[in-house]
Amino acid sequence: MDLKFLDAEPTAEERAAVDARLGPPDSAWDGAAERSARDLHVAIGGKKQRDRRHLLLPALQALQGRVGWISEGGFNYVCKRLTVPPAEAWGVATFYMMLSTMPRPRRVLHVCDDIACRARGASDLCDVLRREHSPALHHGFVPGRDDPPQGTKVEISQAHGAWTTAPCLGMCDVAPAALYVDAGAEPVERSLGGMTADRALRLIGGGAVPRDTLENIERADPGKAAASANQADDAPLMPFVGGLGELRLLKRVGVVDPASLESYRMHGGYKALEKAFALGPEGVIRELNEARLVGRGGAAFPTGRKWDMVRAQPEKTRYIICNADESEPGTFKDRVILTADPFAIVEALTIGAYATGARKGYVYIRGEYPLGATRIQYAIDEARRAGLLGSDVMGRNFSFDIEVRRGAGAYICGEETALFESIEGKRGEPRNKPPFPTEKGLFGKPTIVNNVETLANVLPIVLNGGAAAAKIGTPKSTGTRLFCVSGHVGRPGVYEIPMGATLGELIELAGGVAGSGKLQAALLGGAAGGFVQAADMNLRLTHEDTAAVGATLGSGVVVAFDDTVDMKDIVLRIARFFRDESCGQCVPCRVGTMRQYEALSRMLGREPLGSTDQELGLLHELGTAMRDGSICGLGQTAYSAVESAIKRLGLSPT
Amino acid sequence: MEETDVVLLWGSNARNAHPIWFHHLLKGIRNHGTRLYVIDPRRSESAQWADAWLGNHVGSDIALANAMGREIIHAGLCSRDFIANACSGFEEYAKGVEEYTLERGEELTGVPADVIRECAHAYARAEKAMICWTLGITQHHDATEAVFALINLCLLTGHIGKWGSGLNPLRGQNNVQGGGDMGAIPNRLPGFQQITDPAVRERFEKHWGVKLQPNVGWNLTEMLDAMDRGKLTSLFVIGENPAHSDADANHVEHVLAKLDHLVVQEIYMTRTAELAHVVLPTVASWCEATGTVTNSERRVQLCRKAIEPPEGTRDELWIINEIGTRLGKDLGATGPEAMWNELRVLAPHMYEGMTYERLARYDGLQWPCPSADHPGTVFLHDRLWKKGAERGPAAPFNVVHHEGPVEKPDAEYPFTLTTGRHLDAYNTGIQTSGYSSPMTRGETLDISPEDADRIGITSGIRVRVASRRGSVVVPARIDEGLRPGVVFMTLHYPDDAVTNMLTINASDLAAGTAEFKACAVSVEPETSVSPARSALGAMPASA
Amino acid sequence: MSSAHQQLVRLSRPSSKPKAMVEISVDGEAVSVPEGSTILDACKKLGKDIPTLCWHQTLTPANVCRVCMVELEGARTLVPSCSREVEPGMKVKTRNERVDLTRRLVLEMLGSSVDLSISPGTPEMIAEYDARPERFGPDAANVARPVKDDNALYVRDYSKCILCYRCVQACGDDHQNTFAIAVAGRGFDAHISTEFDTPLPNSACVYCGNCIAVCPTGALIARREWQMRGDNTWDESKQTTTDTICPYCGVGCTLTLHVQDGEIVKATSPFGNDVTLGNLCIKGRFGWQHVQNREAD
Repeated sequence: MDLKFLDAEPTAEERAAVDARLGPPDSAWDGAAERSARDLHVAIGGKKQRDRRHLLLPALQALQGRVGWISEGGFNYVCKRLTVPPAEAWGVATFYMMLSTMPRPRRVLHVCDDIACRARGASDLCDVLRREHSPALHHGFVPGRDDPPQGTKVEISQAHGAWTTAPCLGMCDVAPAALYVDAGAEPVERSLGGMTADRALRLIGGGAVPRDTLENIERADPGKAAASANQADDAPLMPFVGGLGELRLLKRVGVVDPASLESYRMHGGYKALEKAFALGPEGVIRELNEARLVGRGGAAFPTGRKWDMVRAQPEKTRYIICNADESEPGTFKDRVILTADPFAIVEALTIGAYATGARKGYVYIRGEYPLGATRIQYAIDEARRAGLLGSDVMGRNFSFDIEVRRGAGAYICGEETALFESIEGKRGEPRNKPPFPTEKGLFGKPTIVNNVETLANVLPIVLNGGAAAAKIGTPKSTGTRLFCVSGHVGRPGVYEIPMGATLGELIELAGGVAGSGKLQAALLGGAAGGFVQAADMNLRLTHEDTAAVGATLGSGVVVAFDDTVDMKDIVLRIARFFRDESCGQCVPCRVGTMRQYEALSRMLGREPLGSTDQELGLLHELGTAMRDGSICGLGQTAYSAVESAIKRLGLSPT
Repeated sequence: MEETDVVLLWGSNARNAHPIWFHHLLKGIRNHGTRLYVIDPRRSESAQWADAWLGNHVGSDIALANAMGREIIHAGLCSRDFIANACSGFEEYAKGVEEYTLERGEELTGVPADVIRECAHAYARAEKAMICWTLGITQHHDATEAVFALINLCLLTGHIGKWGSGLNPLRGQNNVQGGGDMGAIPNRLPGFQQITDPAVRERFEKHWGVKLQPNVGWNLTEMLDAMDRGKLTSLFVIGENPAHSDADANHVEHVLAKLDHLVVQEIYMTRTAELAHVVLPTVASWCEATGTVTNSERRVQLCRKAIEPPEGTRDELWIINEIGTRLGKDLGATGPEAMWNELRVLAPHMYEGMTYERLARYDGLQWPCPSADHPGTVFLHDRLWKKGAERGPAAPFNVVHHEGPVEKPDAEYPFTLTTGRHLDAYNTGIQTSGYSSPMTRGETLDISPEDADRIGITSGIRVRVASRRGSVVVPARIDEGLRPGVVFMTLHYPDDAVTNMLTINASDLAAGTAEFKACAVSVEPETSVSPARSALGAMPASA
Repeated sequence: MSSAHQQLVRLSRPSSKPKAMVEISVDGEAVSVPEGSTILDACKKLGKDIPTLCWHQTLTPANVCRVCMVELEGARTLVPSCSREVEPGMKVKTRNERVDLTRRLVLEMLGSSVDLSISPGTPEMIAEYDARPERFGPDAANVARPVKDDNALYVRDYSKCILCYRCVQACGDDHQNTFAIAVAGRGFDAHISTEFDTPLPNSACVYCGNCIAVCPTGALIARREWQMRGDNTWDESKQTTTDTICPYCGVGCTLTLHVQDGEIVKATSPFGNDVTLGNLCIKGRFGWQHVQNREAD
């Protein structure tokens, strides 16, 4: 392509970071500093070069990880290496919130101020940081249009760190949470729970960061994790996991060593894959159908049918993707499985590939999960070493491998088609459906996308048979389900319960209502879900029962709020979440989420346009247009929780 | 274009020179998966789109094509059935290219043997393939041979006379094709009919009521030569600016000055017009007059008058008719449509079916279009796939050999200067003088980073570029698309520098086109303090 | 859609199978269209007027404005008629309360955040759907920003940008493949930008103006039109158009010259023309001025 670049060169550090990710350049045309004799007469490019576009996000992440931001020189070098037009790459770089196109300190603390952390004091924490340190780094900054945020001078000195607010970091069980990032040759990324202002200031103040300030869940001894408490300030270790009845999905969590294939095998690992080979591809799909397994990501599509549809495609290049872009506020179950039982996902993907004829798999894990990414990558590498991935899996003449891709701060990338775009090196903008991913997915090929929990279900179903799985739960909602319980409960954590158990049972399992002890409301299903109250404790947690009361299981979120919480603040935060996370592609969502936030702000701030009723009418119309007119689920559900709050919590100001 | 599998874009920077044609190529590349090979000494904008760029030495195209031809034969990839059915001279061709092994090809062209091989195989193995070229092939002293070399490849593989295949010389102006079709070349009458054919002449003589001279005329180079020798004393120039656009500009001015009578019909007071005895101010034919033009795909299209021409100008048809009248001959049909209809009568095999009404309705029709119900002809030469009499005359292979440019670099003039175009400018700049292009950078001497380092210059430093014929001073510009030994200029900015003062008038004998693409020059930093514009510094600038 | 010339060309094409016809029902009326057609194509065949903003005849449907939504029986949400391909037996409603509500809200959302004053047809659309953008109050966030005036040929006034993606597609994959501009930022901050918001002359822009040709709101505008609008002399009712052939190369691009008071004021190319699909290069779109610089001689 005839590209034009800005006049800026990469530093040696930036060049090294990009080359480490992409490999050294093939030729001067590919970015090498010197022209060889051959380069003067030959350039290989065209499709081969353009097909490298999918490496754009990893390359930008390499820059971000090395120097803490994306400079013009580094950016140019990435574009040149990958033959990506700079304007397009700019569109990508400015899409993801974990990438910065402005100079930044190497050390940045992303402080979660989302609903679960808010219930546990995140707002106060942010206030202290604002007062004692600096204003939060400003997202959505448009050079040439915006003035830099005040206080930027302090923030961009390298001696200090900076901080920024973040949407839900998936650490609700150890709220308030933060993600600490320190760029460099060996970048440090830590998910930190039990955050306090004091500790935050130590992390981003001047001078070195004491080691113990960073120690956290990495230190966890997996063997003891399940038993550990989570109230400690410095070391909230493995999350609480528990359940009703036999644990099918969580049985190895806290039991196996996540960094040992041997340990995984000792606890039943790779028995399911062997069984799958015995069943044959059709047999595997038959078991899934018999189990009546439906996707656990929110849409509840029958998994066996999805696999069968891909299997039936005439196109032979197929992909299977594990969607680990868990970003629904209040959700953290995928994090638990990926960090504590990563081999299970590798095995399940391998079974999926075997059943559907995919030869390449991806794990797309949200950028805010550094430990999960490390663990799953390690598991993949171990499996490959052991011949469980690669050109001849288990000597079965079956070829399959998996690549890990990390997100970079975009809720929307959990939407499957946005996820494809992201892997392909583009902005995470959802595609219009149809065509559906089973027909045209990643790189335009038939693709299966399964959520982490769905894949975790595959193993016991294949191993023990679909019929056994179908006996658990209710006839319409079979199996067990993982719930992420956080907020004001005694033991926030991930709980596995059979479908059909009640909300009350679940909350009891999690130690009952904590805080003031009086439940004001609970958010069920996530930001795209709805609110329930004390009166709903008998609600059976199934697809059909929740649908009947206009709620949803969504991603298995239960965030409990005691009666001290300002629910207006929570609802506004949800509206802000959608406004901030809208990709901006379609009008109903781009403008609608803004208008919804504005109308709610006015109404809850007791300054309605006209009357409260007028605002309610406006909100309802906005919600209807967003639901009916938006391209994807984000816009379509952006009004759900707001609507539920209006209807059930009586949110009109009095 | 959009459905072909392989394109060899040879000696062309169509991305700049034919931007909208390139759109269609890009649709092929992006939607159909067309593979593109660009053969060009420069890694031009077009070459940057290529699956492989073959950066051959300037003027080594015949050697490259022959090496590809030999490889195709030796790899058993030639289209035997097609050759047997449609071609003549294959044995001689095979013998002729035998010496062009891949290694010899690499030696002569600089392109590594493996890449020549890959390109040859890709072209030969493709189901549908095209060779497209422009002035990088035709502005050489052995241009006709180079075109034969490309035709040979096409015959060898049978990529002709089929949908999505063929040979495609891209035309540089909206009516280059039409000009030739209408007989504005030395050996043809309108409708591309041979002037040497008595039957053809008879038809025209009958219609026009005059006797036609039976001989092939002079081409441009021959005319310049005849002027120099005093054999050609009177010249009528219509819409051409040879004082700037022809090679070896000093020499051209010299011979124009020898003429007894120079008439220039122009819309601008060009350098050539300044030298004329009579200037006939005329209209811009594309917007101030009505008529037809014929594009690169042989599509006859209607130009329509949109605005009134300046006062005092005359329509081109009016001028020619009036000259006829003053010379005592009524030329008959007046007005564009009437003249067009006369052509339809005189060349019915080409144009009979092209009424103005149909041309308007279909956005043009491709010749031949012999009848009112004929859809026009999308591609030519499908007869070569037919059998027996239907096939017509065999398509001949022509054995051609590598010579290289006439003027090779030496110690005194160590660089090869090649010329080409910018996207935002046109020919000698006259028709792009009216707007401010944000991209314009005027004339520069584009040079490889290695050479720039060696001579100690950077972009923006003024350099003197000299050939055996003249010299100009322009700013240097470092271009990574160039390799050591090759420098590049355009012809667009005669106000900055008349590049043609440097070029060599070594012409192809058949076509009369000069070797604009290769001459030997020296490049030195300009030491003189005065802001010399060019060796013609004091001469009046053209419009 | 294909031009008359394309239909001629197709006669020479080998083995192009005619497409199967698909029958659907639109507002109770049956209509058959070739396989691969969109609901919008079917509606057009029936002469139904579906409002569109981001859709353009020469571009891949971006389906982002969501003003062309229709109701499809069995679908959970409304569907974009511009990009949804027909399937046998589809039952579509093009106007009802539900459809109108979404269309009205979309127009109100755009009307409250973007300057639509010179967007052809949009004020009429707003009137037809009784959209009242002012409902969102005087403090509703908008996209107003300073005009970008950084080169001799174009002016970019992104206060008028509805983010229809047309310019990005014309500059990118669909036609020009120059990729000088792209959508940057996210959510309400999403906007059209060069890399690092660099001025056009530093960008990859080649000034073909193919973005201007497809811009539906006048956010991208040629300088001459911008100036004349500023001087209040731009008057389309006084303009004539004449199709001729561009003189700058041998491709044969049809050039539509827009003439006001005897002067060329704009050059475009017909979108239905199979040579150009409405596209031109810098020379064709802006080179014409040379015939009007008469004083200099």
